[in-house]
Amino acid sequence: MASVISIVGLTKTYASGVEALRPIDLDIEKGEIFALLGPNGAGKTTLISIVCGIVTATTGSVTADGHDIVRDYRAARMKIGLVPQELHTDSFETVWATVTFSRGLFGKPPSPGHIEKVLRDLSLWDKRDAKVQELSGGMKRRVMIAKALSHEPEILFLDEPTAGVDVELRRDMWGLVRELREGGVTIILTTHYIEEAEEMADRVGVISKGELIVVEEKNALMKKLGRKTLTLNLAEPLAALPGGLDAWALELKAEGHELEHVFDAQAEATGVPALLARLGALGIGWKDLNTRQSSLEDIFVGLVSERRGGAA
Amino acid sequence: MTRFNRHGVWAIYRFEVNRFGRTVWTSLATPVITTALYFIVFGSAIGSRMGELDGVDYGAFIVPGLIMLTMFTESIFNASFGIYMPKWAGTIYELLSAPVSAFETVLAYVGAAATKSVIIGLIIFATAHLFVDVTVEHPVLMLLFLVMIAVTFCLFGFILGIWAKSFEQLQVIPMLVVMPLTFLGGAFYSIDMLPEPWRTATLFNPIVYLISGFRWTFFGEGDVSIGVSLAAMAGFLALCLAVIWWMFRTGYRLKS
Repeated sequence: MASVISIVGLTKTYASGVEALRPIDLDIEKGEIFALLGPNGAGKTTLISIVCGIVTATTGSVTADGHDIVRDYRAARMKIGLVPQELHTDSFETVWATVTFSRGLFGKPPSPGHIEKVLRDLSLWDKRDAKVQELSGGMKRRVMIAKALSHEPEILFLDEPTAGVDVELRRDMWGLVRELREGGVTIILTTHYIEEAEEMADRVGVISKGELIVVEEKNALMKKLGRKTLTLNLAEPLAALPGGLDAWALELKAEGHELEHVFDAQAEATGVPALLARLGALGIGWKDLNTRQSSLEDIFVGLVSERRGGAA
Repeated sequence: MTRFNRHGVWAIYRFEVNRFGRTVWTSLATPVITTALYFIVFGSAIGSRMGELDGVDYGAFIVPGLIMLTMFTESIFNASFGIYMPKWAGTIYELLSAPVSAFETVLAYVGAAATKSVIIGLIIFATAHLFVDVTVEHPVLMLLFLVMIAVTFCLFGFILGIWAKSFEQLQVIPMLVVMPLTFLGGAFYSIDMLPEPWRTATLFNPIVYLISGFRWTFFGEGDVSIGVSLAAMAGFLALCLAVIWWMFRTGYRLKS
């Protein structure tokens, strides 16, 4: 696939001396949904802000659809729509006026038909003549998305699109994002809700302390880094782990009622059948068992804490 | 692609003009009422006891100064507010991420603010006719001067709006610097009426040259020659443009 955004050696050091981004290299493929995950303050918003032209990079370069974002900023920016994290709206404008304004600002001739479509898609059509200040927080966020879509961008940045958003709007937003992708729009979203990345993203990038730790297809990432946990509900509680089980990573849980085994789901031999056989031989009976695949969240927490541990 | 973003300029210009439209009564009624009050107090009450100045009736003499006084403050106020509000409300993100050049941004914001200033200036001029007889000797130059003043002070206001970090800072320059300088700059008197050393001191006030030049377009007489006035205004205009150029080049208080 062709890359639609290409980031090379991008760094940002703020005037205060804070190193927000260490050299970042990243290619976003055309038509994908890319989720940028990371804790607060990791540099997600800084990265987006540089690509969109709000923050000036210290070093490095970015191209959007082949256009350098500094030298050829007009062409680059016309392709990009941005929904920032904070709710910033013009209170006194009507919904219709503020969305129409955005389209003009991005250099597109008026198109009432397109504005109407965007407003209808976002369930804002009934509110088109309402002043933005009269709307609820969720509605204001829809207005910001409508503004970002007003000029038919090919690349859409959503910075924490569902932070502080109710469940209904979150579902709507996910639906909208998928629809946009089907229409060929490339979507880059930042989030610290892993659930969101897991639900929507094709690829995931994890950023921590200004460094991209991992960029991977979501499914591959989960497979590669995913661990499985086997939990056995024992027939009789154990006070301590008996000898002869050293070959497996085992832990007693629930006051000896549960035996937990964490293993690498990708390993050729997981050792589970052997473990069960050994338990049988030792006379340790069990009533039930379940296995659980680790979620993206577990992976993420693991990665970030590993980094922190490594850096300390 | 370096095509001029006319849709963008038009969008900002219309947004700003609509903003003025929302407050059309306070925007337009205030200068009219203020002007009327000045004419009643200075023109009628005090003016009736004063003779002619430079061969002009006092009531008519103060008309150019009054127009300038309101246009200075209105231009600075409107233009600074126009760019300060998006900064304050956070909506500036959209402008910064839009394919709009620095030149286009200034053209749209300053153009809109200057439009309003010129309209206010003309309204005051029309209001003045209700109170006194004023004839303009050089109408074309007078209009040109009016537009130049509006543009220059709107540029100055734009700079102020980018510089200001609070509403207080936004107010402080027009209220504490421009207003006193205008009063002392011969808005209501000829600086020849001042005793030395005040007369000479006044020549350091840049506003003197602007008011004097504008008055020259009315009556063919000013405190200083029209050439000096035009040079002073061109200098101020050039200074404002240079500061704005520097601000956009460095991203001063706009980008980090």
